[in-house]
Amino acid sequence: MSLSPATAAPLRAIEPAPGATRPIVEVRSVSKTYPGGVEALSGISLDFPEGKLTTLLGPSGCGKTTLLKIIAGLIPHSGGQVLVDGREVTGPGPERAFVFQDFALMPWASVMRNVAFGLELRGVARSQREAVAERHIARVGLKGFEQKFPHELSGGMRQRVGLARALAVDAKVVLMDEPFSAVDEQTRRKFQEELLELVANEGKSFIFVTHSIEEAVYVSDRIALLSRRPSRVSAIIEPKIVRGGDPEKIRRDSAYLDVVEDIWQQLKHYLD
Amino acid sequence: MQTSELAPALPALRQTPARNWRDLAIHPLVLRLVSFSIALALWEYAGRIPLSPAFPTFLETLAGLGSLIADGSLFKAFMITLHPLVIGLAISVVLGVGLGVLMGLHQPSEWLIAPLFIIAQAAPLAALIPILTFAYGIGLTAKIMTVCIMAMPVIVLNTLGAVRNTPQSLLEMSRSFLATRSQCIRLVILPAASPMIFAGLRLGCAAAFIGVILAELLITPTGIGDLISYNQSVADYPKMYAAILSIILFSVLFIEALERIEHTLFRPETRA
Amino acid sequence: MVISGFRLPMAAALLIWMVIWEIAGHTDAGFILPPLSRIVWRVIEIVPTPSFLDALLITGRSFLLGNVIAIGVGVPLGMVMGRSIIADRLLLPWVNLFLSAPLSALVPVIMVLFGLGETTIVLTVVLFSVWIIVLNTRAGVRGISLSLVEMARSFGASRWQAFSRIYLWAALPEILAGIRLGMIRAVKGVVIGQLLVSVVGFGTLFEIYQSHFLMEHFWALLLVLFAFAFTLNEGLARLERSVGYYAASR
Repeated sequence: MSLSPATAAPLRAIEPAPGATRPIVEVRSVSKTYPGGVEALSGISLDFPEGKLTTLLGPSGCGKTTLLKIIAGLIPHSGGQVLVDGREVTGPGPERAFVFQDFALMPWASVMRNVAFGLELRGVARSQREAVAERHIARVGLKGFEQKFPHELSGGMRQRVGLARALAVDAKVVLMDEPFSAVDEQTRRKFQEELLELVANEGKSFIFVTHSIEEAVYVSDRIALLSRRPSRVSAIIEPKIVRGGDPEKIRRDSAYLDVVEDIWQQLKHYLD
Repeated sequence: MQTSELAPALPALRQTPARNWRDLAIHPLVLRLVSFSIALALWEYAGRIPLSPAFPTFLETLAGLGSLIADGSLFKAFMITLHPLVIGLAISVVLGVGLGVLMGLHQPSEWLIAPLFIIAQAAPLAALIPILTFAYGIGLTAKIMTVCIMAMPVIVLNTLGAVRNTPQSLLEMSRSFLATRSQCIRLVILPAASPMIFAGLRLGCAAAFIGVILAELLITPTGIGDLISYNQSVADYPKMYAAILSIILFSVLFIEALERIEHTLFRPETRA
Repeated sequence: MVISGFRLPMAAALLIWMVIWEIAGHTDAGFILPPLSRIVWRVIEIVPTPSFLDALLITGRSFLLGNVIAIGVGVPLGMVMGRSIIADRLLLPWVNLFLSAPLSALVPVIMVLFGLGETTIVLTVVLFSVWIIVLNTRAGVRGISLSLVEMARSFGASRWQAFSRIYLWAALPEILAGIRLGMIRAVKGVVIGQLLVSVVGFGTLFEIYQSHFLMEHFWALLLVLFAFAFTLNEGLARLERSVGYYAASR
């Protein structure tokens, strides 16, 4: 990982609101053109505040997953710069952990081994990594399932394993690519409530990709609306919803409903 | 076909009114037993008509098998047949899996080598046996080579396909958790490929048996091939059929055993 | 493979191997492996001879007849097994057994029962190809999606309509794949049968060339056979893709 010293001027397209914490991830005029000429992203600039959950929201195929994977260092960008904690991204790094849409669990490995996989790759001794994994398995509510295999779990439980794996490596930034899209609606709501709690208690920064407006408004501190391909940031929305207390109340909160309606009005014209 | 309209497609319908005796009657094990008894009875009946003077009854064949076992010739023949089979198979497995993995991971070698095996897979390689006899004489070497050319293509191509088909999300997952290239191969690619590699090994085994019998019938009669062609030439048909029956049963059991070994040693998730 | 932006097709690799073959043919190995160029000349020389055409006719006839029988038996049998659970449980063990059994050991049985003639070759072809056709057809019929079946029923399709408009098409990609794999096995079967019988078709030629050490002739024959097998495989795979274009989105 190459360090990029302070030569980079604070070139921000969108200034953070005064009093906000400093951005943990900075995306500076990042563009991505796939071989063959498809332009997925064109000069996106975006800040992700520390300790918050920021959502990339947009119509399907708008490049939100592409941007997330560029931040993760999984795919190279064609232009611009991505800084995580002040350092330029050239590939995956230990300060970022990814939660995959299709879970990406190894079917031949137990829940324990899947969760401990990141630590196994870093050469952490078995007893030590299993102790850490055990804690995180319990944290996501899968205590007692340590020796089960992925095919014995429901979709929701599998994503809990994926989440525990990302938490176990203790990264500063957790990147989530439509993590709840493959689970049923009830489980999804449960997940959203737990995610709020996680953001409040873990002190990590989350970057979340979804195409569900309700989900975005419910879980996010900050939402970046992306336009259709080639993608740009069309709006930044900070739902001022009072968290804490009964998570159920939020869904009936008028502020919540207004933001949902507002975003829908903005996204509507992208549909033909 | 009309008797069980939609039965396989609609499992729910199939299970509703079944009484206990009917459940028992269509139990797979019961039906397998029934199936084998019917086939053996038909064999016995056809032998008694007789269908042809060269078609012994099942009981005669069983008697032939008994006498082959009693005078030790069957055991001796198997030892001789297994010699080129085991050596050839071992060479094919090591070389075949090695080449397949190499090609799966290294594109230039795939480009160079894969076309040969694609042709070999489709071609009737048995026709090479006379050439192998010219090149290596009528001894063990030519027989081992026969086993190798029959067994290798399917092992190589299955391994190549297996390595190539590693799920993209697992590869991304291992990269995002900072796996090195060698960790990725050892911990993700090979385990993910192993079911298909083993399927290739089973097919390779079956082809190896075809090859070794062919070699023993065409190059010089030894082992089981000798038992078959000798008893054919002296018109001792029960013994000839017994020898054939024994090698077919042996190969089926051999491949079955291979599958068991695969499951107990390499596939913990299938035992859970 | 891509070299400096230029895509080299896989077939180009074969040219390299042909050159290696040619060079090897001019070394001491040339006794066993004559140079490719001379073998190609030999192909041109022997193909028009009556003995070759005769062998080709017999081989082609038994190959085609064997395949027709294998498809005619295999496809209906596979469909019955796919639809009836009892037939499936009765027959599947046998299909699996013959699929992995060393069939070359059974050819002598066919030889003693049906003599050293074309019938034996035809039956060998059937024996090699029929099982994979049965298994693939069965898989195709079993894999028909429940919602397609229910759709046909809810729109009031008769049995015959459901069969001819839904089942057959829904299972067609697997059936075609089975037929392709069956034909590849059939090529191996026809060659193995003729090697063992050795007085029919190419078997006679194999025997003559082998006993007179006519290496170039033998390789010429192999070249023709291998080229035929490869072309057959590629052609059938192409046909499969154009007929079963919807296979991936059922």
